[in-house]
This record gives sequence, C-alpha cells and structure tokens, in this order.
Amino acid sequence: MAAICAGVLALQGSVEPHLRALSRCGVDPIELRRPDQLDQITHLVLPGGESTTLHHLLELHSLSNQISQRVATGQMALLGTCAGAILMGRECQESPPRWNLIDVEFQRNGFGRQVHSFIEPIEWIAGPDLGTSEGIFIRAPRIGVSSPAVEVLATLGSEAVAVRQDRCVACTFHPELTGDDRVHQWFLRL
Amino acid sequence: MNDQFSTPMRGIGSTEEFRTKVGLAEMLRGGVIMDVTTSEQAQIAQQAGAVAVMALERVPSDIRKDGGVARMSPVDKVREIQQTVDIPVMAKARIGHFIEGEILQALEVDFIDESEVLTPADHAHHIEKSRFKVPFVCGATNLGEALRRIGEGAAMLRTKGEAGTGDVTEAVRHLRLIRGQIRSLTQADPEEWMSIAKELGAPYALVCQVAKEGRLPVPNFAAGGIATPADAALVMRLGAEAIFVGSGIFKAEDPLLTAKAMVHATAHFDDAVQLAEASSGLGAAMAGIDATRLPEDERLQVRGW
Repeated sequence: MAAICAGVLALQGSVEPHLRALSRCGVDPIELRRPDQLDQITHLVLPGGESTTLHHLLELHSLSNQISQRVATGQMALLGTCAGAILMGRECQESPPRWNLIDVEFQRNGFGRQVHSFIEPIEWIAGPDLGTSEGIFIRAPRIGVSSPAVEVLATLGSEAVAVRQDRCVACTFHPELTGDDRVHQWFLRL
Repeated sequence: MNDQFSTPMRGIGSTEEFRTKVGLAEMLRGGVIMDVTTSEQAQIAQQAGAVAVMALERVPSDIRKDGGVARMSPVDKVREIQQTVDIPVMAKARIGHFIEGEILQALEVDFIDESEVLTPADHAHHIEKSRFKVPFVCGATNLGEALRRIGEGAAMLRTKGEAGTGDVTEAVRHLRLIRGQIRSLTQADPEEWMSIAKELGAPYALVCQVAKEGRLPVPNFAAGGIATPADAALVMRLGAEAIFVGSGIFKAEDPLLTAKAMVHATAHFDDAVQLAEASSGLGAAMAGIDATRLPEDERLQVRGW
C-alpha cells in the first residue's frame, strides 16, 4: 500500500481540531486550499463548518469536482464531519449541491438551532467499533433516507449518526472535538 | 507531534453545555459573519458564503450618524431573518440588558452578541452569560477584558475595534495587544500569575490557564472597522480566527460582490495572489472616518467594564 498522506480541507470551519487529531495519530496533515495540493492526498477530512460557505469556497477553484473524482477513482478516502458529511450525501432539494458519494440524504440542522445542540453517548456497531463514545452534535444534520449500499457505523438511539460507503465515511457529530482520536486512527487505515 | 497542537482541545474539562457553545464558535472559524438589517440583506449574505448573519436594527455607521438609543433588533425582524436563511442567525443585545438576552434566547437565535455598538443598559455590569443556553460573544480591547467576559460565560470573543468607521486600526491594536499580553503571560513565573490577575482585573483561574496554554480558552474573532478584503486578511494574519463585518458590506457600492470578496479573502488570507483576485473589480468601499481622531464620547470601544 502506498504511503498515507492525510489532508484537511482548510477553507473554513473546525480545521484545527482535525489537524490536531491527525497529528496525534502520527501523520503530518496538509491544509488543503488549492487544487494542486490534492494530488498527494490519500486521506482527506472535510471538517464541520457551514456547508453553504464551504460550497462557495470550493467552487472558486472547482475543488468539489476534483475531490469527487479523486474519490470515485479510488485514489482517496474521505471523512466528513457535520457540514463535511452533508456535502458527501445524495443530491436533494436542499442547498448546497451534494456530491452523491454516499447514498444518504442529509437534512441540514435536523435537530434544530443551536439551543438544541447536545452531547450524548453514541453506540458504535461497525467500522472502528468503539463501543460507546461521546457524540457532540452542533446544529447537526440528520440522516434521512438511506440505501442498502450504505453501512451504518454508529447510532444515537435508533438513528444512524455515522455511515460508510466504500472509502467514504460521514459523521453527523464531531469526533474531532472529543480528544478521542480513534475515529481518525481507523480512518487512516481505510 | 507538531508543537502547535500540543495544548488541550478548547472546552475539554468544561460543562457539556459550554462545550457545545465553544463548539459552534469553532465551526465558524475562517468565516465571515455579516451584519444585516433586513431579510433581503440576509439572503445576499448567505448567497455570498457568510458563515452567519448578525441581525441588528441599524448598521454601526448609521448608529454613529443618526445617534439616538440603539437597541436590540426588533423581534419581527429577527424572526423574518431566521425564516429567510438557514445559516446561524446572531443578534445583538445591549451591555447588561439580560432581558434582551432572554428574549433573543426565546427566539432561539444561535449566538447573542452583548455589544458595545448598542447603547449600554448598565454602566457597571455585564450580563451573567453562563446561565443562558444560547452562547454569547463579547467584545474586548485587552486581555483583562477578554478574561472577564469569559469569566461571565462568553463562548467567543471579538476585538471591539471601532465599529462603523471603516478604519481597521483599532481592531489591529486590540489584536496585537491581546496577543502581546498572552505572550508575556506565558513567560511569567507562576508566582507572578496572581499579581498579573490583579493588574488585569481578570479571574485568576483563567489567567493560569492562558499562562499554561498560550492561547485564549475560546475562539477570538476580529470586528470593528473591517472594510476591504485586505483588511480581512490583515486581521486574520494577526491571529483572528474569523471576522465580523458590519457596515463594510452593505455600505459598499456593490454589497454582493464585496461580501463574496470578503469570504474569499478570509479563507485565503495567507495567499497574496488570491487576495489580489478577491480585491479586483469591487467598486468603492464604504466611506471611512479616521478612528484615531474620534472625540472620546464617540468612541464605542470604551463601553464595557
């Protein structure tokens, strides 16, 4: 297997916490801002932030297409958290446009506004299989209609909160804010 | 491991509620929060890529020009803006006016700015912010003021700058001062921390925390006088983690283009080629006034205790 080169999309959002987590996993992550940096990256994190802002900034340099293509051709694994997860989902009526990399509809702000943000334990049933871990949900999206091609990795009650399709992983919560790097460690082995 | 990542995550060790508050501030990093007075402006801000909008009655330059008492944005206006956009909606409350805070919380705004731009309701006290479920942002001109606001429960800080002037100089001064004070605090002996806390008028526990970690326990954004993409990049380079733009967008000749350019420049603050691109074809920026020549009673940054 080729050497791992991790990156974090560094246009807007909780970039630094992801850089910290990856750095603690022993890799030296690239802060991705321009298309020419993409060639080397094997594992890319799409951070939380505002999905419409991320969309706008990605479009300035046609990065959305280039990231999707690199993932579709098997050259890169993708981990999206919160807003990052939304971008990876199935195209739906809501803005911003989605990349159709995971066959799931993400509903923006599915739990409501900031006063409804919360921290609750989540249960891992596959993937990194962490047992119970801390789920930090901030104006989090909700996973709606999903296809059988999608594997559920973690749940909050009966609801899926982390999913995977091929080498694309999406969490509606924020593992990067917990100080627990096991999700990142597992992702780097994908 | 990279040294810059050796300090603990912000919020670790705090209550769950405070962690979700600081968490939202983390999500706004690298973004532009835009002042809006109508739902049409909020729509333009969202379209341009704003990470959040700040609902207020009048933008700071109009408050400065027209005078009178500046209060919380009308409730109907806040609701209308909330219905128009799906990015976070913030709103301003007057310093010390905890009832305006409670009303804004009942409206479920995403962040409350206890702001010196509005006419203070209390000239000795700020809102006790830790009892609120909605996070607060407050302005600060120096480290002592910043730590007092965090002590009261603020989950995000911003420089005060000098709002409504279009002159970035005061925001620059506040950023440099806070950064310099943090730097010298990290070099002080633990024996000196208490007298530094006394000098700063800051809670001792927070002084100790900053001395050990070398940064503020909550994100610090820049505000007050940011009028061009170059201004946005300047404050980002000086360590601001995101920016607030008040009058700079909707008092510019072309608000949508200016708003997009601000978003572009804030994301690519470290790349002069991109900044040149963001700065081209914009039309006139807002007319400014020299913030250093304002008479004392017109300086908004002195409000706060």
